[in-house]
Amino acid sequence: MGLDSVMKGDKGGQAMLAVLLVVAVVVPILNLVVPESSPWHVSTYTVTLLGKYLTYALLAVAVDLVWGYLGILSLGHAAFFGLGGYAMGMYLMRQIGDRGVYGHPVLPDFMVFLNWSELPWFWHGFDLFWFAALMAILVPGALAFVFGYLAFRSRVTGVYLSIMTQALTYALMLAFFRNEMGFGGNNGLTDFKDILGFDLKSDATRIGLFLASAGALAFGYLACRWIVTSRLGRVAVAIRDAEARTRFIGYRVDRVKLAIFTFSAMLAGVAGALYVPQVGIINPGEFSPLNSIELVIWVAIGGRATLYGAVIGAILVNYGKTYFTGAFPEAWLFALGALFVIVTLFLPKGIAGLVGMIRTWRRSRSASEPHPEVSP
Amino acid sequence: MSPTERSRRFPHNAGLGLVYALLILIVLPLSSLADEIDTALIDLSDRSFEVKQAAVDVIAAGGDPRAATLLEALLGGNLYARESDRRPVLVAPAPGGYRLTDALDGSDLGEVERGAVKKITINNRMRNQLRTAIAALTLASPDPAIRLKAAQQMLGDANPIVVEAIREQLGREDDQRVRDYLDLSLALASLRDEAPAARLVAVNALSGSLYPAARNALTKLLSEEPDPEVRAAAERSLVAIEQKLKLNAAAETLFFGLSLGSVLVLAAIGLAITFGVMGVINMAHGELIMIGAYTTYLVQQAMPGFLDYSLFVAIPAAFVVAGLLGILIERTVIRFLYGRPLETLLATFGISLILQQLVRTTISAQNVAVQNPSWMSGALQINPALALTYNRLYILIFALMVFVALLLILKRTALGLQVRAVAQNRAMARSMGVRSARVDALTFGLGAGVAGVAGVALSQLTNVGPNMGQAYIIDSFMVVVFGGVGNLWGTLVAGLTLGVANKLMEPWAGAVLAKILVLVFIILFIQKRPRGLFPQRGRAADG
Repeated sequence: MGLDSVMKGDKGGQAMLAVLLVVAVVVPILNLVVPESSPWHVSTYTVTLLGKYLTYALLAVAVDLVWGYLGILSLGHAAFFGLGGYAMGMYLMRQIGDRGVYGHPVLPDFMVFLNWSELPWFWHGFDLFWFAALMAILVPGALAFVFGYLAFRSRVTGVYLSIMTQALTYALMLAFFRNEMGFGGNNGLTDFKDILGFDLKSDATRIGLFLASAGALAFGYLACRWIVTSRLGRVAVAIRDAEARTRFIGYRVDRVKLAIFTFSAMLAGVAGALYVPQVGIINPGEFSPLNSIELVIWVAIGGRATLYGAVIGAILVNYGKTYFTGAFPEAWLFALGALFVIVTLFLPKGIAGLVGMIRTWRRSRSASEPHPEVSP
Repeated sequence: MSPTERSRRFPHNAGLGLVYALLILIVLPLSSLADEIDTALIDLSDRSFEVKQAAVDVIAAGGDPRAATLLEALLGGNLYARESDRRPVLVAPAPGGYRLTDALDGSDLGEVERGAVKKITINNRMRNQLRTAIAALTLASPDPAIRLKAAQQMLGDANPIVVEAIREQLGREDDQRVRDYLDLSLALASLRDEAPAARLVAVNALSGSLYPAARNALTKLLSEEPDPEVRAAAERSLVAIEQKLKLNAAAETLFFGLSLGSVLVLAAIGLAITFGVMGVINMAHGELIMIGAYTTYLVQQAMPGFLDYSLFVAIPAAFVVAGLLGILIERTVIRFLYGRPLETLLATFGISLILQQLVRTTISAQNVAVQNPSWMSGALQINPALALTYNRLYILIFALMVFVALLLILKRTALGLQVRAVAQNRAMARSMGVRSARVDALTFGLGAGVAGVAGVALSQLTNVGPNMGQAYIIDSFMVVVFGGVGNLWGTLVAGLTLGVANKLMEPWAGAVLAKILVLVFIILFIQKRPRGLFPQRGRAADG
């Protein structure tokens, strides 16, 4: 299948990818070429912020894939995101080398602090970028595979599955808070110096990470589009709308779910791996159940089962969060809470559905036609 | 302790005992008694320690309960003598010097300069004598609590005067706990007896005793005991003690587990109604618990003088506040989302954020101090090795009461019948004339109100802050899912089981790892039994 067939009929997606391309070209120019005195100059802080939003957008796309097209409301995607982030964080920790506060040639600072004498076995190999990058995908994938295999095989569905995924991320959060786990405990991993030999603080590296995030988002988006336009995607939608019926027709529902769920987790892992070098820290707070639920609301606000809606939602909500927490810190939780309520009550199809809603409303005014419902 | 033991004597110190007995005889006549004591009180500030000791003996023999206070002051170095008449006084700092009170009857003697009083000094021998005398005095007190304290203080004291006092007291003591201590004290004293037979009897008497003193004394005896028979007996006794201690430790773990379980049940039982019966995922459940806890705080603020009764006001208040809030949430948000559980999850999560921020802005972002009434503090001492703290005990009982009350409401009232009818088949219930909208609102209000009541109980155990609800929401869902949705009994069994399992694992796994293991266990358990411990049968289960 070529790019044409994947993106066919996805006008929102086309527009989103076009905007992404423009941003990816213009922002680096505005940052590197335009002088700082110019009002057109984009600060490195903004570039990093945008890069962070893009990784969130990729995460939201991953959630939309399983929620919008498969009907699985995962409250554990922050866990996959966090695991990917930790894999990258471990690589970045190893890159510090002997430049840490304690100057130990091998051990990261927190291990020296805890009086550990040698590197735990699971830290080996993370000095290699390719290995860490692989782990950032494989570890979340493996966790999703094992969890999904057990859950889908025994037909844990709906609310139960949501609560189980939430328990999973909660358990991970508690585990990563433990110093004995060897992941820096409460403080997590931080004080990163460089990535692949490039200084993390330099503008060029930041631009590079921003571009990598944009590329990953585009790639992830196309991959998800490819899945949802394939036969697999159509079976997934069938499962979402009538699971028992799909099973009776003869599809192996558990395998379809497992494949897409695992892929989505890997995508979340990639997002996490790109997120960590840009924000410069990863700690167990990333696993908090609140994060998982919050990212579900990004998707809900953007519009479920559209993929590009997830991108819009993630960027809008996070921009709002950055703005509100700076301008009115008190109001942010009120605003976010109200968003949850208003979107679920009045905007079941999100912002992406708004266009369609207005269009059908106009059409129904001219000729009172019934319009197809998207089932929840 | 056996009677043979009690009848033993201490020949090597009979002389002192005789002096003691003589003193009693001398001071017995009442008229001379007062004079004797008055003289003794003056003698207390004598220069010679011998004179002071004799005076202490006289005062102690007087049997005046107030004498114990005086002697304690002397022992603690707080007793002074007035220079003018050498009368013993207690002093408190005052602007011009000291304010004096009479050491015996506590009457106010006015203020004096610093130089007008002199501290009464004591030496080590007097300290021992004083302790013994105080013990003997307090042991005869009519108040069992004072007697118990005295018995505990003189535990294992081999001083013959003390032993004699204990024996005497045992003859008339009717409080079992004091008797236990006195028996133990005698046995401990006998462990130092020179005759191996006496030690053997004492060792056997201490077998299985739960008092730490008994265990320590036996361990010490084992290291220095020459007689092999006594050694063997001591070893046997120690083994018996260890076994009993293990049993008690297990009982304690079970209690802690049940206590944690009762907290889980309390937190989850409201959810068992909203989630289990109505199918609504109420993520704001934890915040309703928080609202209940804050109601307790506000009630306590509103009635500062009546702390002991505040909880009895707070429980109905929290039920009403949280219940009304629940009805409000149901009427404004949830009723539009029936049949779409995942949407209720998101909407109620939004409500939980709003409630948290509301508390943060209106009250404080910090934790507030909810006080414990006096009857909640302290512990029920089952035996020396096992004490059940009252707050945990009451909350365990309270959880069971809430559970029974809910069960009765659901099974025995008209509302309960309607709730169950709507849960089973909404359309059919409506066609039978059940006003399902009203039932929904009331059911949700009931679940929310129970969450508020749980908040009152939890405010007595944990910190009360805007985030407290989040700590319970996941656990609560785990309990409900583990127990089987729509089944109150399942929630009870699941909550208690998880609580006990958590506490059983804590000693070797640590608190956090135990919690993780429990979570993993539930995740795996749900794979095997997707409908929980007690699945609902029939078509209603295929929701």
